[in-house]
Amino acid sequence: MEAIENKVGEPPSEESILVEAARSGDIGAFESLVRRYDRNVFRIAQHITQNREDAEDVVQDAFLKAYQNLGQFQGQSKFYTWLVRIAVNEALMRLRRRRPERTVSIDEDVKTEEDSIPREIADWSPNPEQQYTQSELKDILGKTIQGLPTSFRTVFVLRDVEGLSTEETASALELSVPAVKSRLLRARLQLRERLNKYFKRRDGDTRP
Amino acid sequence: MKCSDFLKELTDYLDNTMDPHTKADLEEHLQWCHNCYVVCNTTKSTIEIYRGSKLYELPDELRTRIHDAIVTKCQCHKNDPEAANSSEQTSSEDKSSK
Repeated sequence: MEAIENKVGEPPSEESILVEAARSGDIGAFESLVRRYDRNVFRIAQHITQNREDAEDVVQDAFLKAYQNLGQFQGQSKFYTWLVRIAVNEALMRLRRRRPERTVSIDEDVKTEEDSIPREIADWSPNPEQQYTQSELKDILGKTIQGLPTSFRTVFVLRDVEGLSTEETASALELSVPAVKSRLLRARLQLRERLNKYFKRRDGDTRP
Repeated sequence: MKCSDFLKELTDYLDNTMDPHTKADLEEHLQWCHNCYVVCNTTKSTIEIYRGSKLYELPDELRTRIHDAIVTKCQCHKNDPEAANSSEQTSSEDKSSK
């Protein structure tokens, strides 16, 4: 088994040491990687599948698949990006199983009615999220993002919620950088448009 | 610069991944175009609100359960890779047939 390559002159990161140990069969080291990324994988899985039970299964299956295939991880991308790619594929598979009547693909470049032309230009209240309780806000944000096409939702979650770079998102989703940027722009603008009704500045009553 | 040109560049502008010359052009546009200013600000807020949200957190109890399941499955795979693979296949077939 080849050792994971580090960039020339760079000391091995804590993560690459854990990955290397896990590849040699150290389950404790793999458990540390699970602890490091399980929350992120769960969030991504739930955003894609929109189902908690499926998200739970995706986390288990993605980590198990990663463990089984550590030998194939070459270290050219970050372990996390590689793990996200596995998790996204598992999540899409679950979504397809649940909604066989609808095509679910990351490759789809959906043209939606709203697309990227802002229709309502309204300024928002300062700190708009503070108009709502945590639970109301979660409900609003969850419902709003669920309405996006899968490919837009996935790109937005990886790039803007999880903080992957555009290049890492492209690598995790096996998309080109321009394709990621195009979907990201449309996802951001569509979410903005949909959140208008909750957050726009009003005279008097601040709630819709 | 037209508003449609501004919108095309909005993602790179918000991510601060553009050359200084284009950035200066966009900021000049923002100074007089109120609509683009509002769209830019509210899009930025959209990203910040989602990033700061506690949507889909993994509860501790569920986290422990998932960890235990992962470690058990990895242990099975380590001890007997082929058996672990076949039992994983059987269990996913079981689930899909439900």
